[in-house]
Amino acid sequence: MANNEIKRREFLRINGITGAALVLGFNFYSCKNSSEVRAEATEWSEMNAFLSIADNGQVTIMSPNPEIGQGVKTSMPMLIAEELNIDWKDVIVKQAPFDAVKYKRQVAGGSQSIRQGWISLRTAGATAKEMLINAAAEEWGVLPAECSAKSGIVYGPAGDKKTYAELAPLAIGQAVPTDVKLKKPEDFTIIGKSKKNVDLAKIVSGENLFGMDYYREGMVYANVLKGPFGAKLESFDATSAKAVEGVIDVIQMKDKIAIIAIDTWTCFKAKKLIKPQYSKSNHNTPEITAKLKALLVAQNGEDKRKDGNVEKAFKQADSIVERFYSAPFLAHNTMAPMNFFANVTAEKVECIGPIQTPEWTQGRIAELLNRPKEEVTIDMTRMGGGFGRRLYGDFALEAAEISDKIKKPVKLVYEREDDMQGGMYRPASEYVFRAALKDGEITGYEVLGASVNDGNCVRANNFPAGAINNYRVAAYRLESDVTTGAWRAPVTNFIAFAEQSFLDEIAEELNESPLDLRMNLLDKAIENQKNNKELTLDYDPVKFKGVLQDVAKHSGFRDNMDTMGLSAYYSHNTYVAEVAQVEEKAITKIYCSIDCGIVVNPDGAVNQAQGGVIDGMGHAMYGELTLKDGVAEQSNFHNYKIIRMNEVPEVEINFVKSDNDPTGLGEPTLPPAGGAVANALYRATGQRLYSQPFSKELDKVLG
Amino acid sequence: MKEFKLNVNGSSHSVRVHEDTPLLWVLRDHLHLTGTKFGCGIAQCGACSVHQDGVAMRSCVLPISAVGDSEITTIEGLSPKNDHPLQEAWIKHDVPQCGYCQSGQIMTAASFLDENPNPSDDEISQAMSGNLCRCSAYLRIKEAVKTASKS
Repeated sequence: MANNEIKRREFLRINGITGAALVLGFNFYSCKNSSEVRAEATEWSEMNAFLSIADNGQVTIMSPNPEIGQGVKTSMPMLIAEELNIDWKDVIVKQAPFDAVKYKRQVAGGSQSIRQGWISLRTAGATAKEMLINAAAEEWGVLPAECSAKSGIVYGPAGDKKTYAELAPLAIGQAVPTDVKLKKPEDFTIIGKSKKNVDLAKIVSGENLFGMDYYREGMVYANVLKGPFGAKLESFDATSAKAVEGVIDVIQMKDKIAIIAIDTWTCFKAKKLIKPQYSKSNHNTPEITAKLKALLVAQNGEDKRKDGNVEKAFKQADSIVERFYSAPFLAHNTMAPMNFFANVTAEKVECIGPIQTPEWTQGRIAELLNRPKEEVTIDMTRMGGGFGRRLYGDFALEAAEISDKIKKPVKLVYEREDDMQGGMYRPASEYVFRAALKDGEITGYEVLGASVNDGNCVRANNFPAGAINNYRVAAYRLESDVTTGAWRAPVTNFIAFAEQSFLDEIAEELNESPLDLRMNLLDKAIENQKNNKELTLDYDPVKFKGVLQDVAKHSGFRDNMDTMGLSAYYSHNTYVAEVAQVEEKAITKIYCSIDCGIVVNPDGAVNQAQGGVIDGMGHAMYGELTLKDGVAEQSNFHNYKIIRMNEVPEVEINFVKSDNDPTGLGEPTLPPAGGAVANALYRATGQRLYSQPFSKELDKVLG
Repeated sequence: MKEFKLNVNGSSHSVRVHEDTPLLWVLRDHLHLTGTKFGCGIAQCGACSVHQDGVAMRSCVLPISAVGDSEITTIEGLSPKNDHPLQEAWIKHDVPQCGYCQSGQIMTAASFLDENPNPSDDEISQAMSGNLCRCSAYLRIKEAVKTASKS
């Protein structure tokens, strides 16, 4: 608990929780989310940066992190409400603006929002609750310890009671406590009980909600034309484009061309009339693949991990299994193409839109426009998907630069083609896995990876590290002009498939069941941990075994191994095991067991986990982006296939019961899916899969 | 640019736009009905689905010049109080993740259920396969359509 104590104190210092204030006429919140009729709120008491209490009993909770579909706009406020002891029906959730001083880590990335907000958000609720209790105690002339709070009411020892609405104006004058106690999991009344998406009613009625929907009187629209990766813009002729009625301007921004017009369609229409000349780009997928493979042979670079004597193990092996795996580039393809609003004036730089990294983007815009950071504001809208693409604020920078140049408020909108062909792709990667087998055991293990722009395309301390004594992991980087970045579950989105398929082959070679092979390795890791306290492992083998056992139980894996594929992976602090079931060469069901600690919002968590499994299967089956002369050959959904409803299997999610603090959930169910599907398809087809998309490989077998 | 009159959600509107402007951009940029979403622009994802005389259409490839005096219904006009059985089923099943594709999903499903009020699971899957959900909330979309078909 000492650590939590420090975190709470730090939270108070950093998160500006001392800023209690009475706000009058703060009445722009409607009562829409509440089914009961109540008086309009006229006076709000701002307890701290995260919550305000109204005189009608409503509580506004600011959700600090960007919402990309991972559900944090519902689950983060649940953490605050839990400790405040209010009823969820009284809560109005609002997206907090970007404010690094008040809200600290406002990032949607790495599946970390709940994990990192677990203490700080609950502390915000508990602190306010204690101030309300203290205010009541003072009124009644009793000790705070004699009072209790429940459902927005403070109860005194003599049967007195006062609502939070009555107490809030008094509570804001109370000293901010620094040593609040947080609830034990068994006392939770909101955490662990499903709450519906707070924006649900707005989503199904088409209300303005997303960055793409943002409108401001007097704004103009823009689109940006980009050339091939690595190419320079040599010249362009915008005469015809400028002649299109409604076009306001066509401007050059280094190697990009911005088209500004009175509406979006006019931008798109005019863009097609521009004739740009670019220098030649030599980025082609076959060459990139060859270069990556050459890096695996050259092996120039440091090992990421080396245990024991790998060379000796391979020299003394009875047999060696060596397999190569190949990952294509992938585009993120969020449903809403990139977009952002910017209004740059002499006084300020106002930016509004979908962004996973407001703080980083603020800094970059300030630098780009040479303005002090304080003049740059970022408001976060709901995002039409993220998957990592909106970590990179390139589109926000473009909007700001255009607005700065044309001195108008502007909304930048990408076409799907701009989005798909000008992405921050999941980097193409190549891997080789080798295992030395002797006397029915894995005595040596080696993983080498090479990836575009990513020198850390391996997970050195992940399973089966620690389970095999002679173990080596190395990674090599190919620098490229092709822009790459984090794509949902970076690195693990592919390497998990490679590893879990490889282990399936080893199990077959050793005549062991895929489940036993993994369980035995994990037992070895547990034993090695006991004997060697210095052993570096990122994962806990006991928890890892837990999800494997759970998925085996739910799927009946042991009795159905000839029609099922097993896969398990640890990522984002969460353990996931999946079993895919194959019938007549099609995946019909995927069982998924998860240990992510306490599940904050179970129904939302199931939705998220199912989505991750299907996303993992979909991209493993169909996802591919190839480059020719620096341009993606896929430009839209007619030639870049995304999984559709008629291809989706049933997905059963089971959470392993846990009282541990919550870990990540937005990403971890994706990595194991590819391996489970590949291993299941092997049972049906006899064909091992070594590259994605599987559909291409399978076409060769299935015809 | 030309002047066009169109009927949307029971009201008539007049806009001045290029005649090849897809209905989608007229709705979004000129009528500020932003519930209809832009996803692909080539009728591959279904995010822009609206009803033209009661039938689901991809508004991203329907030029304003072809709209004429047909009745256009968008998600904002699907039901008077946002209480269409599909909207209620969507709430019951807490369908959305990011939510961006959902109005298109609902509009496609509404038109489908009008034609086929008692669909089988397979028929739902086939009918909804033209609509992408990048978050892969497909299982809930399917359940919600099923629930709505029974109400």
